Amino acid sequence: MSDYSITAASPAQKWLAGTLVVLYAVITIMPLLWIIATGFKTPADAISYPPKIVFDPTLEGYVNLFTTRTRVTPETLEALGEPTTWYDRIVRQYDMVIAGPSRFGERFLNSVIIGFGSTFLSVFLGTLAAYAFSRFKVPLKDDLLFFILSTRMMPPIAVAIPIFLMFRQLGLSDTHAGMILLYTAVNLSLSVWLLKGFIDEIPREYEEAALIDGYTRFQAFTKVVLPQAATGIASTAIFCLIFAWNEYAFAVLLTSGTAQTAPPFIPTIIGVGGQDWPAVAAGATIFLVPVMVFTILLRKHLLRGITFGAVRK
Amino acid sequence: MAEVVLTGITKRFGRDTALSDVSLTVPDGAFVVLLGPTGAGKTTTLRLIAGLETPDAGDITIGGESVLGLTPAQRDVAMVFQQYSLYPHMTVRDNLAFPLRSPILRTPEHEITGKINEVAEVLHIAHKLNNKATALSGGEMQRVSIGRALVRAPQLFLMDEPLSSLDAKLRADLRIELKRIHSALGATLLYVTHDQIEAMTMASHVGVLDHGRLAQFGPPREIYENPVSLTVAGRLGLPRINALPADLFPGAPAGAATIGLRPEHIAQGEGQTAQITRVEHLGDQTRLHLSLHGHDIITLTDPHTDLRGGQSIAIAPRKPLYFDASGVRLA
Ligand SMILES: Nc1ncnc2c1ncn2[C@@H]1O[C@H](COP(=O)(O)OP(=O)(O)O)[C@@H](O)[C@H]1O
Ligand SMILES: [Mg+2]
Repeated sequence: MSDYSITAASPAQKWLAGTLVVLYAVITIMPLLWIIATGFKTPADAISYPPKIVFDPTLEGYVNLFTTRTRVTPETLEALGEPTTWYDRIVRQYDMVIAGPSRFGERFLNSVIIGFGSTFLSVFLGTLAAYAFSRFKVPLKDDLLFFILSTRMMPPIAVAIPIFLMFRQLGLSDTHAGMILLYTAVNLSLSVWLLKGFIDEIPREYEEAALIDGYTRFQAFTKVVLPQAATGIASTAIFCLIFAWNEYAFAVLLTSGTAQTAPPFIPTIIGVGGQDWPAVAAGATIFLVPVMVFTILLRKHLLRGITFGAVRK
Repeated sequence: MAEVVLTGITKRFGRDTALSDVSLTVPDGAFVVLLGPTGAGKTTTLRLIAGLETPDAGDITIGGESVLGLTPAQRDVAMVFQQYSLYPHMTVRDNLAFPLRSPILRTPEHEITGKINEVAEVLHIAHKLNNKATALSGGEMQRVSIGRALVRAPQLFLMDEPLSSLDAKLRADLRIELKRIHSALGATLLYVTHDQIEAMTMASHVGVLDHGRLAQFGPPREIYENPVSLTVAGRLGLPRINALPADLFPGAPAGAATIGLRPEHIAQGEGQTAQITRVEHLGDQTRLHLSLHGHDIITLTDPHTDLRGGQSIAIAPRKPLYFDASGVRLA
């Protein structure tokens, strides 16, 4: 039994573990692959049964996502001559011409403004509040912290009606500012609590040394505390962004035009004779990209952040 | 001029009193060591002087001016913390440059390089300047911390057990180095430790803190020879002073409860007969562990002694110190 070890797994165990991981990964990645694939199908392929695994990829979904089109008579089509661009060619197969850009671009931009705006604001305010709670004698500190946490004790949508009425009174309905404010309010409690945990871990002596060395409290905060809290700030930002980016219910309720974000917009994309599934899938695919990029950029911090929180507090 | 004067300083943390009515004068250019066990209030004293805490009562002046209304930055002091004060996200060089780059000093970069190299040379960390602060041993980190105080040339240095995390050899080297730096700079230095060797070897004055009170203040020899209480007597001297019932030997003054005998203040060959329980050869000194009427006594003897455990020896006090029942010195 000399090759027996309690720490190293046997080959059989490794195989089993590996298989399980791969299986789990396939199951979770499946819907994602499905969406991405559907984005490159024709409407007919997208709804064919049984589903087509091998198909002729087309950019039709993406063209439909970004454009509005009108049907024209064959004579008009004739008069236009040969299509000059690849997307014109795709559209004309259906006897249509591009009438202009769709609203997807604006909606996507709204998502970016509102998602990143509220993430920035949540993390900015959260860091300052967490620092104050961590370092200063705040009257009723424990009660305030509990109050901040208690705002998350019910699902935010439970207060949808009062918020809807308030927003209407204040003229915040369907505005960027309103949505940024709302998502910031929801995320702030998470952000304060997470960041307080991280800042508590930073020894006060670091700032105190800076204070004695001739820096002001604010300079000590920016030069010493912020770099030390980078991990916590990055992981908090990811959590905040994921919430704000994916939020659907409030977006449906409170936005319809100017400030509408992508989630309520994407499912409403209508094609010829019903839902344009390839365009919806194309929209969903593009919508995934920013959060993925953001998370990948910060993943080093994210992993450390999550384990920190789990192990240290 | 950086004479530091504490007058009637009291500091409470909630219900704990960390310092009570401490008055202390650190003369300009002195090397004052505050000595005391853990929890005596040593760190609190330094933090009050640095401006990191505010006293509940009393006044602190540096160079004749009250500093109670000043921020830490305005007090022009440098402090070496007991632990954690190097910034892990910076290199050793940036750590050393940090005080010089402060908005108060705004040292030009070419001067910074010169000063850093100078200090790094003195503290033997020149080869580590480009390392991350986290890639240092405990001893190196502490030397960088000391270096960060030295680059600034402030009017007052505060050091909180800077050598406590170092190994014996390095500690001995740095004791000499600190003493040398102190005389070279001529600055005032307030140094906190619980190590009596550091106190005896470096201090021009020692302040003994006990439970938040300043028990005694004076030159180290005076405190050793003339302690005001049993606690102070027990703080200095190795092996520790023998504290025995006063009636064990004849000649105790009225009211004495305890006789304090330093190991070197016990005459051998006369007086009462004690049993030798153990002989310890330490190389430079030899300790005799004795038992007299059931009380343990430690004394020193000739390194080449033939005495061994089980034998008897007659002992008598020389220069005894007497204390009353509450530990206050009588004679
Ligand atoms: N920030 C604080 N909050 C509460 N109690 C404190 C604080 N700092 C120090 N104390 C208390 O004050 C006393 C003296 O502490 P300190 O000055 O750190 O002692 P030393 O440095 O001599 O070990 C201790 O009883 C300690 O518990
Ligand atoms: Mg201390």
